[in-house]
Amino acid sequence: MAIYALMRSSLGLLHGLKCSFKSVGQIPYGAATGAITQAKGLQNARCYSVNHLSVQERIEKKRKAALTGGGQLRIAAQHKRGKLTARERLELLLDPDSFVEYDMFVEHRCSDFGMEADHNKYPGDSVVTGQGRINGRLVYVFSQDFTVFGGSLSGAHAQKVCKIMDQAMMVGAPVIGLNDSGGARIQEGVESLAGYADIFLRNVMASGVVPQISLIMGPCAGGAVYSPALTDFTFMVKDTSYLFITGPDVVKSVTNEDVTQEELGGAKTHTTVSGVAHRAFENDVDALLNLRDFFNFLPLSNKDPAPVTECHDPRDRPVPGLDTIVPFESTKAYDMLDIVHGIVDEREFFEIMPNYAKNIVVGFARMNGRTVGIVGNQPKVASGCLDINSSVKGARFVRFCDAFNIPIITFVDVPGFLPGTAQEYGGIIRHGAKLLYAFAEATVPKITVITRKAYGGAYDVMSSKHLRGDVNYAWPSAEVAVMGAKGAVQIIFRGKENQAEAEAEYVEKFANPFPAAVRGFVDDIIQPSTTRKRICRDLEVLASKKQTNPWKKHANIPL
Amino acid sequence: MAAYRSAAGFQRVLNAVKHVCLMQRCGVIICRYSTVYDPNEKTFDKILIANRGEIACRVIKTCKKMGIKTVAVHSDVDSSAVHVKMADEAVCVGPAPTSKSYLNMDAIMNAIKQTGAQAVHPGYGFLSENKEFAKRLEAEGVTFIGPDTHAIQAMGDKIESKLIAKAAKVNTIPGFDGVVKDAEEAVKIAGEIGYPVMIKASAGGGGKGMRIAWNDEETREGFRFSSQEAASSFGDDRLLIEKFIDNPRHIEIQVLADKHGNALWLNERECSIQRRNQKVVEEAPSTFLDPDTRRAMGEQAVSLAKAVKYSSAGTVEFLVDTKKNFYFLEMNTRLQVEHPITECITGLDLVQQMILIAKGYKLQQKQSDIPINGWAIESRVYAEDPYKSFGLPSIGRLSQYQEPLDLPNVRVDSGIQEGSDISIYYDPMISKLVTYGKTREEALKKMEEALDNYVIRGVTHNIPLLREIIVHPRFVSGDISTKFLPEVYPDGFKGHMLTAGERRELLATAAALYVAAQLRSQKFLGDLRVSIVPAESRQWELCVELDQGVHMLGVSRSGNNYTVEIDGEKVEVSGEWNLASALLPITINGKHRNLQCLLRTAAGEITLQYLGTSFKLRVLSKLAAYLSKHMPEKIPEDTSSILRSPMPGSVVAVSVKPGDNVAEGQEICVIEAMKMQNSMTAAKTAKVKSVHCKAGDTVGEGDLLVELE
Repeated sequence: MAIYALMRSSLGLLHGLKCSFKSVGQIPYGAATGAITQAKGLQNARCYSVNHLSVQERIEKKRKAALTGGGQLRIAAQHKRGKLTARERLELLLDPDSFVEYDMFVEHRCSDFGMEADHNKYPGDSVVTGQGRINGRLVYVFSQDFTVFGGSLSGAHAQKVCKIMDQAMMVGAPVIGLNDSGGARIQEGVESLAGYADIFLRNVMASGVVPQISLIMGPCAGGAVYSPALTDFTFMVKDTSYLFITGPDVVKSVTNEDVTQEELGGAKTHTTVSGVAHRAFENDVDALLNLRDFFNFLPLSNKDPAPVTECHDPRDRPVPGLDTIVPFESTKAYDMLDIVHGIVDEREFFEIMPNYAKNIVVGFARMNGRTVGIVGNQPKVASGCLDINSSVKGARFVRFCDAFNIPIITFVDVPGFLPGTAQEYGGIIRHGAKLLYAFAEATVPKITVITRKAYGGAYDVMSSKHLRGDVNYAWPSAEVAVMGAKGAVQIIFRGKENQAEAEAEYVEKFANPFPAAVRGFVDDIIQPSTTRKRICRDLEVLASKKQTNPWKKHANIPL
Repeated sequence: MAAYRSAAGFQRVLNAVKHVCLMQRCGVIICRYSTVYDPNEKTFDKILIANRGEIACRVIKTCKKMGIKTVAVHSDVDSSAVHVKMADEAVCVGPAPTSKSYLNMDAIMNAIKQTGAQAVHPGYGFLSENKEFAKRLEAEGVTFIGPDTHAIQAMGDKIESKLIAKAAKVNTIPGFDGVVKDAEEAVKIAGEIGYPVMIKASAGGGGKGMRIAWNDEETREGFRFSSQEAASSFGDDRLLIEKFIDNPRHIEIQVLADKHGNALWLNERECSIQRRNQKVVEEAPSTFLDPDTRRAMGEQAVSLAKAVKYSSAGTVEFLVDTKKNFYFLEMNTRLQVEHPITECITGLDLVQQMILIAKGYKLQQKQSDIPINGWAIESRVYAEDPYKSFGLPSIGRLSQYQEPLDLPNVRVDSGIQEGSDISIYYDPMISKLVTYGKTREEALKKMEEALDNYVIRGVTHNIPLLREIIVHPRFVSGDISTKFLPEVYPDGFKGHMLTAGERRELLATAAALYVAAQLRSQKFLGDLRVSIVPAESRQWELCVELDQGVHMLGVSRSGNNYTVEIDGEKVEVSGEWNLASALLPITINGKHRNLQCLLRTAAGEITLQYLGTSFKLRVLSKLAAYLSKHMPEKIPEDTSSILRSPMPGSVVAVSVKPGDNVAEGQEICVIEAMKMQNSMTAAKTAKVKSVHCKAGDTVGEGDLLVELE
């Protein structure tokens, strides 16, 4: 196999620099036989000039050097840290033999601080770039190589990344970045900073054009963090990846806080406290395999429809468990994920930010094979209320779905926005508006199911009919009203006796789906067990939905 | 479109739905009753069932056939339970705890008045053997569907029942019938009976106040402990001493008696497979009894029933020693949990008989009419963890639930459905799975199949244990006793032990399933931008992990057939590979197997239920497995022992105190926030170390509530 691979790579020059690599462990073997292969090849080759031999040799040498990155010692060190090399990661992420590498011969151009020395030049520099396939679908990738100058970003490094991003946008294919970089190449100074900015600009230009995913697999600090921050999804690897503006040492010197790397910017911090990362995985292998799975949910670009995969789950499967899931007492909680798992194909739900702002559930699933975005209030956590974090989490997800033609299914059980000084001072008005804005501007198919409470302004926000919901359903347990009975009665019948009777009257009038249904604000009151069937049918109808917002340079979401 | 491709899975779902609709989401009675249901036969207009769960559903079903209207009672948490939906009327009798609802006589009496029910069927447990309840019904002129209070009382007391039994010439365990004065008298009596002896509380039950003594010293000690325990548990320190039957079988005789002095015995039920004195697997008839012993036991049971003027269905329990000597144990004056197996072999509907008898009808059958037709086995399917002392209760929501009702000769008596909660308040029984066959072998084979096709997700269940019992050579040969489980599994139940061949089958199935899933993930419908992957007839090299063992497998495929090479041996696996179905019916090397896929993740984890036990596997490509060796070992972080408030709110209730033992998922306290009650549950089974909050406290987010050990 190795012989074949090397033969292919030696011939590869003629085939668009196509390179197929085997695992690093096999390289010594490959290297030993490589010379023989080449010698054999040369016996049959015609020589045109005396220099030919040396060029061919140089190509092979460079290529071999590129494949080993920073060398065996650094590779061993990388492995010892529990991390894979840049190339191993790509090999695992992409379909076998699908990777086409670009710019393997690019080298850094720095001549200061002894960087011009031969031993400081690495073909390909500190990043591996190219394109490949995930389950047959095109993707552009870059993978930072920590074994070369700690994966630091040089001008050449940035240039390589920009090249694949430009092409990705041109052909309409997602970009996946595997980040493992110590930061800027300090020796290059402003050249490195310029490189960052070049990438940032492309991140912004590509935003909403092709999906962009960052997988943080090592350090990512300083200005470098803004590239992942600008992409659509940031995933992290537990224990081996960090994201921060400044490391613990600087933090200590500026604010005198004692904090570890892990506490400051580890996977746990960013997936539970800051909301910077969307999900964390156990290790490199786990992360890359999950990323392959996740990629299948995404369309290739904003011009492509949401993908439809083969589905074994009957589209009209009844879900009897849903008929009893909502408890009779409206103060009792239940798990919205039980509803989601019951309704979607094969109970498969790729949750985004599962540990952050848990009072709202967002993520991807499929309905009859077609990707959908799910948004749901989670009564189990803080009663499913909307607060600053959950609004922002929901808004960003809805906007991603809208940008990439992914229908949105919203499950509503919301008692309102969370009151309190912390929320008001934190700007719940501004942040809550984001979710409202996102749902309102979305033109993809929008299906809404009110499972229980839909109170106050939060009712309006949660993909209501008034915000152009295409199909809005209520379960029999739905209560659409300005507020719960107790609060309402205290206002309507202030100071009056017989509050209990008034409360009963209010419940009779408002604590049911009828007030909304008679006005056409919900299209139908449905048996919960039929929800899957209804949604699958609606999605088929709405597949040809066309809706456009008025022309504008860009909208002005309340940031 | 998708429906075409998955026609088989679709059909299965359809079938399941059809069954659910037809049978109102409760088990289907497959074995035919020989009795006829005549709706014009005058019995009662309306019966109230003072019970819940499967037995309530069971009674309602017969009532429907007899044209009787039914009233269900329920606690507030049971308001959407199956028995409530099945009944014509339902009345809420109180909050969740049984003492406040199903045992609340006042509320149930009110429900009877309110609905005008003419009779009450008590089911089993709860008020079924409560003479007070029977008396109150009598006073109100409502018929109690069961024996009269005299029989309930007489058989409820161990000493009295034994005296009556002796008088009725029923074999009783040699022993002293009466109150033992002191330890010395106990020793004297023990000497007369001969060791070993059992000292037990007269009023006792459930193993409380029971001691076994093998010599004088142990007798003295046992006397002291038992009398103390009896006094504290039952407020009655009377004791009796009797011969201890070592390694006995538990065999019981079903009797049926009317109010006109007629009584029948409906053969025996073998109930020896028990854990902690609770039955797990029962069968009828018993492999152990010969016709003479059966008749002798039956006749004695009938004479006891006649002696107490028994009417209705009842059960006389016997201990049977290895020489087929049988001794009266006690009489249960109610319908037993395991009554379906008797119904299967005799063709009688016991609930119908109880109703007819209660109305005063004479028994239609003669003893010679009572057949033993075939063989019936019952497995009690519980929501419990069989790996912990053969079954510790577990709770949860049945996220997926599918009874094996599409198989012939399978009866499932259940009172739950998909979406039901198994709560801490009630018995964790999920269902009674009964299979029937012309022979025992046939019934056992059917049971294997039924257990393999039973889909239960969301709660831990005891199917692994049941599946192991019914194929164990000792059980299959009929060599059982009440000590079966501790003898067969002295170190506790550990699940199915795979043979080398079974291990290969399991590995091959996981590998084939992995490849099938991988191939499907490359199929995008109508997407022109997917490069054509040469998917057909390809080879895969996989690495499969199972219990620390790592295996390199070669897989090749042609259509739905996979050839998996493991250590030089080839395994052929083929099937539909419906990845949405909970069941995975496949053929391995020509043999049909029913596996279930419990989990399949993107990272290659696959959990399969195979031969009842679930096995965790990990399937990786050769490359991923090779690279995995660089992955760091993770030290599991233990956050399960600390419970913090997830939000600001007020503490409504604290259900535990330091020193309590809590089960995983058990409620620890309730926090109210935004007028919403949130139940905080234990993340693991442990002892409570300290409690940092009390009801009424206001807590902030992240505040420590309870620490576990």
